[in-house]
Amino acid sequence: MNELNTLRRTLLKGGCAAGVVAFAASAGLLVPGRALAAQWNKAAFEAKGVADALKGMGVEGLADSKEILIKAPDIAENGSVIPVEVTSQIAGTQSISILAEKNPLPLLALFEFAEGAQGYVSTRIKMGQTSSVRAVVKAGGKYYSAAKEIKVTIGGCGG
Amino acid sequence: MAEPMKIRAQLSGDLLNIKVLMGHIMETGQRKDSKTGQIVPAHYIQHVSVGLNDKTVMAAQWGPAISKDPFLGLKVKGAKSGDKVTVKWEDNKGEKNSAEATVG
Repeated sequence: MNELNTLRRTLLKGGCAAGVVAFAASAGLLVPGRALAAQWNKAAFEAKGVADALKGMGVEGLADSKEILIKAPDIAENGSVIPVEVTSQIAGTQSISILAEKNPLPLLALFEFAEGAQGYVSTRIKMGQTSSVRAVVKAGGKYYSAAKEIKVTIGGCGG
Repeated sequence: MAEPMKIRAQLSGDLLNIKVLMGHIMETGQRKDSKTGQIVPAHYIQHVSVGLNDKTVMAAQWGPAISKDPFLGLKVKGAKSGDKVTVKWEDNKGEKNSAEATVG
């Protein structure tokens, strides 16, 4: 009993208490609201092919959907700044991922939504060459997808 | 390194439009330095989170192919004037930045 009390005092007094809180925070225990992934998905982001990237994300049974809209230029003169907007009209959209199929690392970004955020995201991406850009939407635990071809004019000569 | 971040948070009806411009090199790790011929090490944002008051509304993970000085746009329902928008990022070298804006 005495020993326990001593231990408790040490915990309360010392930096140990702060250490416990830091651990809880890093483990995602203190994230308010719905738990969002805290860890960067190394397997998916470092995958060199679309299939491996999807596997790393845990995607199974991808179904094409017309309720996913990808707004992006047909021809991008500058492959280093391509505006891309993805809107998912699928009810209960939990996340949107964007992949450029011929990029060295196809998975570009994964956006997870909570607390009133709409199934919409807008960003700017880099592409090494003409390729399909694929949006993968997770909704109700299922995966849906749509794609759009973006032609990249190498050299940015305005062709 | 941590350049200022710009956040615009505007209500349009009951929908809040959030637009964020971050300052970051977003180095892919695939490019060679033209002088030394050495590959420039990757340096890019991996985590972005957007909060509305004390709730996280979006958590994003990025690879190196998001453009330099990244732009992020999102829409949130249920916000009102005076709400606080917080954006935080962390890159692959552990550098962090955060900024706040008030819904106008």
